Amino acid sequence: MNDYTSKPDTVYYFGTCLIDMLYPEAGIAGLNLIRREGVRVIFPPEQTCCGQPAYNSGFPREAKTVALKQIRLFSKELPIVVPSGSCAAMMKHHYPLLFEGDANFKRVREFSKRIYELSEFLVRILGIKLEDQGAPTKVTWHSSCSAAREMGVIEDSKSLIHQLNNVELIELKNEHECCGFGGTFSVKQPEISGAMVADKIEDIVQTGASRILAGDCGCLMNISGAMEYQNVSLKGQHLAEFIWERINGK
Amino acid sequence: MANKAELDFTRNTSQALKDKQLRKNFKFAMGNFILKRQQIFADQKETERLRELGNAIKKRALSRLPQLLEELEEKCTRNGIRVHWAETTMEANQQVLKIMNAHSATRLVKGKSMVSEEMGLNEFLESRGIEAAETDLGEFIIQLNDEKPSHIIVPAIHKNKEQIAQIFHEKLPDTPYTEDVEELNAIARKTLRQKFFEAQVGLSGVNFAVAETGTLCLIENEGNGRMSTTVPPVHIAVMGLEKVVEKLTDVPPLLRLLTGSATGQLITTYVNMITSPRKDDEKDGPREVHLIILDNGRSKILTDPQLRQTLQCIRCGTCLNHCPVYTRIGGHAYGFVYPGPIGKILNPQVEGLKKAGVLTAASSLCEACAEVCPVKIPIPMLLRRLRNESYSTDSLGLVKDSGYKKNLAETLAWKGWELINTHPHLHAIGQKLTGALGSKVPAWGPLKNWTRYRSAPRFAKKSLHQLIAEQGVEDE
Repeated sequence: MNDYTSKPDTVYYFGTCLIDMLYPEAGIAGLNLIRREGVRVIFPPEQTCCGQPAYNSGFPREAKTVALKQIRLFSKELPIVVPSGSCAAMMKHHYPLLFEGDANFKRVREFSKRIYELSEFLVRILGIKLEDQGAPTKVTWHSSCSAAREMGVIEDSKSLIHQLNNVELIELKNEHECCGFGGTFSVKQPEISGAMVADKIEDIVQTGASRILAGDCGCLMNISGAMEYQNVSLKGQHLAEFIWERINGK
Repeated sequence: MANKAELDFTRNTSQALKDKQLRKNFKFAMGNFILKRQQIFADQKETERLRELGNAIKKRALSRLPQLLEELEEKCTRNGIRVHWAETTMEANQQVLKIMNAHSATRLVKGKSMVSEEMGLNEFLESRGIEAAETDLGEFIIQLNDEKPSHIIVPAIHKNKEQIAQIFHEKLPDTPYTEDVEELNAIARKTLRQKFFEAQVGLSGVNFAVAETGTLCLIENEGNGRMSTTVPPVHIAVMGLEKVVEKLTDVPPLLRLLTGSATGQLITTYVNMITSPRKDDEKDGPREVHLIILDNGRSKILTDPQLRQTLQCIRCGTCLNHCPVYTRIGGHAYGFVYPGPIGKILNPQVEGLKKAGVLTAASSLCEACAEVCPVKIPIPMLLRRLRNESYSTDSLGLVKDSGYKKNLAETLAWKGWELINTHPHLHAIGQKLTGALGSKVPAWGPLKNWTRYRSAPRFAKKSLHQLIAEQGVEDE
């Protein structure tokens, strides 16, 4: 777990590759939420991917090269905020394992200590206060496995939703069960993954919510893609984007 | 871990997923197990402390495994238990047969033992004219139906009451169809009592073997373990060599972890601690006790400091209960004696990656197993390690068939991925291309599998990089 020290003047922002290509609005929303609290945000433009796809697929060498590239780009002693539990867990908990016995180990460990998941950072470091400007609505929440089990930040994400007065959060029955994404798992074991996401959608639909929120775009891509395929009209959205819309009355 | 045909995991999962009754049975049963475990381990801090302790006990035992095994042999021998060593499952089977033959025995009763499943003991004995009768209720049911266990502690969990009623009705002579649980139990009890009475030899597994005292601990709920180890004049215990612990005081925390994790019980109905055959002044118990200690690849696993954590396993089955993959496909689909998360790391190491490596891909690395493992085996990390081994021969060939999956297409794909993600200009070009494609991504390669259950991902017209460049966010 992180030490929750005082509010910094400046932070780094790691946008993640999925947000970059598929959900840039979520990335911008996260960045705006930090800036709204008077914190300067630096986005090193050469950043790409945390390396997790290769790391989980049996290609640790390639993962290391890509990881080291990111580590070099975020070299100042500043917190690094990541709008994804999964990429944050990779950078915080798995980088030190990946670089065990490597000449860069100390540097990597120093980098990993500065990683924060977005909700965690907004709640515990910035103590953000939200004022809901939106119409009454019902939402449900999907916990990503990494955010729940590796980062331990689910209560932070939910506390943000609870701050929104007109938003009712209806929890899933099996909130802590994987949605079946798992990166390359979803294409290497399509049928098992498909069965898992189908059950997840059943759970989501039963809440009667109009929106499924999550803090991880991997899960969102999986769940939203499957909902669209099944003609389920619920909307999947990243928590940061939802909050940004609510507090700006969009 | 006898596995006749080449594992066709895709076909197995496909069939399992189509079986609605099977999925319902597993979902219901696993849900119950999860709930029971939660209730017994409600105090999270205490549970964590206990798991740390369990981890430390097993790590300590593994770090001195050769010495502890020698000590176990010495103490058992002194207590009158005869110890036999088996490097392979075939050797272990032969040893059982030799003991049976020495007593001209043709009937064996069995308490539940996963190692005996690993040995394929029943088939081995039956082909030599010896009856091996399962006496654990679940094992009894599936033996009647000529099936294999689908779970390591509840072997017939894939069957519901109605299916069991049908099996009893069909396979046991003069048995009317009944769905009454008490009646079903009574039918099994009556059939099994006769088996216990007739058997010349009883066989059991071992949950913990205590080196300090030469004690074999056997944990069970039905009393069939006690019957198998006390009624027949000869008792044979079979264990994997990782089951040894150092001291008697190591047992209570492990026992607590085992029963809490497995069935959500504080303690089981029966805890048997076997330290010798019947003594002259004793009225019951077997005249002879044998202990067969099986290696079957375990000592090789021990040589790798990371993979050796696999051997910490106390076979509670809770990783199966909590696994979203196991819950959906059931135990048989895995094609090996040990299913679920523990099977995914154990089978590839024992059987080789060529035969069982496909199992390592059957995980979303969701960490549900690691979260509940009573001895804290980092199963997802070991899965990653075995995935690495599948593509690389770097680790001195410690894992059988390492590098078996190495192929040009995947190597190039990941090299390309590395190149794009370390060269900003290539990355920018890639983004423009995907942005221009939008959702019109050709459905080939991995995307073909993606779109079997989902719409294709829709790439944003402008990437986060582009939006940020336009908005003028500081870049250093």
